[in-house]
Parts: sequence; C-alpha cells; structure tokens
Amino acid sequence: MSDLHTELKRSIIEQLNLEDMEVNEIENDEQLFGDGLGLDSIDALELIVLLEKDYGIKLTDPNQGKQIFNSINTMADYIEKNRTR
Amino acid sequence: MSEVLYIKNSVLIRDAKVYQNGRLYYEDTKSPDISIFLKNLYKSEKIRYSKYFKMDDLSKLGFIGTEILFGGNIENKETALVFGNAASCLETDRYYSETMEEFPSPSLFVYTLPNIMLGEISIRHQLRSENIFFISEKFDSSLFLEYSKSLFNQGKTDNVLCGWVDLQNNDYDVFLWEIARSGKTYLNEEELKNIYLPTHE
Repeated sequence: MSDLHTELKRSIIEQLNLEDMEVNEIENDEQLFGDGLGLDSIDALELIVLLEKDYGIKLTDPNQGKQIFNSINTMADYIEKNRTR
Repeated sequence: MSEVLYIKNSVLIRDAKVYQNGRLYYEDTKSPDISIFLKNLYKSEKIRYSKYFKMDDLSKLGFIGTEILFGGNIENKETALVFGNAASCLETDRYYSETMEEFPSPSLFVYTLPNIMLGEISIRHQLRSENIFFISEKFDSSLFLEYSKSLFNQGKTDNVLCGWVDLQNNDYDVFLWEIARSGKTYLNEEELKNIYLPTHE
C-alpha cells in the first residue's frame, strides 16, 4: 500500500467522522459509496473539499466525481495525476 | 373538555450524568468534554448506528436521549416530536463559520438548523409524524404542555415525545419526556417542573 493510499484512508476516516472504522478495514478497491463504505451525498461534498484542501485539485465537472470517488485506488490514481501540491 | 394525559417516561442529561425516570442511569464524570462524554455514552449503550458520529453534538444529545428513553425503539410510529431550546444550534453555527474562512464544511452546514435533530430521530425510528422545534429564552413548561395537548385534542397523535435539548459553551441541558394516554404521572406544569428542576441549578 502506498503512502498516499494510507494517507487518503486516514483523511477520509477523520473528515467523514467514520469513528468506528480503522485504516486497515478499508480495502483499496472497495466501493466508497453504495454497498461498500456506505458514504452519502454529503460525504461526496466533503471529499470534493478534501481534494481541494489537501491536494489543490478543484473539480469543475461534478460528473467526474462518480468515477474519481469509486474507491481509494481511483482517488489515489486521480490525485497522482492532477495534484498541484 | 381535554382528556387526562400522562408523563410516561423521562430522561435528563446534565453534567455528565443521565437520569431515567428520576434515577441515576449513567455517570461519566471523568469526561468533562461533551464530545468524549457523548462517545462514551454511545459505547455504553452498545448502539450500532455509524451516522451518530456524523451528527453535531446537539443532535447527538437528542438522539441518544431518545434511545435511552425508548430503549432503542419507538414502537408508535405516529409519535409526534415537540422539541425546543434556548441556544438553537449556535455551537454548530460557530464551528461552521470558522470553516467558512477557508473551506466551508458541507457536513457541518447540514446541522446549522436545530430541527435537524428531529430529522435524525425520525430517520432512526422511521417516524413520519408531526414535529416542531421551538426557541425560547428558557424552559417553558406551559409551551410544551399546551402544544402537546392541542395535538392530542386535534387527533393528530396519540403519543408525544417532548424534548428540551440545549447546548451552550459545552454546557448541556437535556430533558426528554413521553406523553401518552396512560402512565403513572399526571401531565401538568407542576409535575413537569418537579422532574425538570431537581438537578438543575
């Protein structure tokens, strides 16, 4: 697991107040929404804020979100390619 | 003529203590911080409801008080919710305004209305009933009494959960009580004050 993957899991647990969850309980390819972690629409907005705050990425097309926030793997991949910090 | 109503059960939460029907139910005086107190109380109740951790402290107070009052299940899905407080959701408003200086938090914004607490309770117990949230300077027993009575008299409900859930500067005052057509304690202002006042200074 890369440092970015672990960092993302930590940030998600902290930002989304998933207090009953540990880093090692989130699989890299697990769906973040729906049947996986069960995140909701407000969590999606928090993830958009997280991308901008921590990695300087501003999502201009909301439709991108569905693909980017599919899993930790897809988030990490998108961040690697687009981060400005 | 209005019918005779009863206070069926009550819960008080103050100073890291929980009283159920006048008896000490839970105490955690080692946790002066409300967030830690609410987390420990949740664990002690063995509730499994991960959305609890996403709520603001005001909603957590109303939510967990309701869990204790009803033993985790409001059976009567027509139970109306009549709530109120003095400080609205000022604590959360403050936290939210702090985030506005950089990145406004969507999850905090959701809780910048005090009646969101009623939504959380309704979702948890699948209630689609009447609900209202009053803001008044201090606990006003007659306000709760008259409004609840009118719901019964108009045939809008046959069970009411009332709640005074106030939070200001880490200081919380929670009084929840269930009004029904049966019970041991007559519903009147005097009885409400008797239950509310003893541990309240």
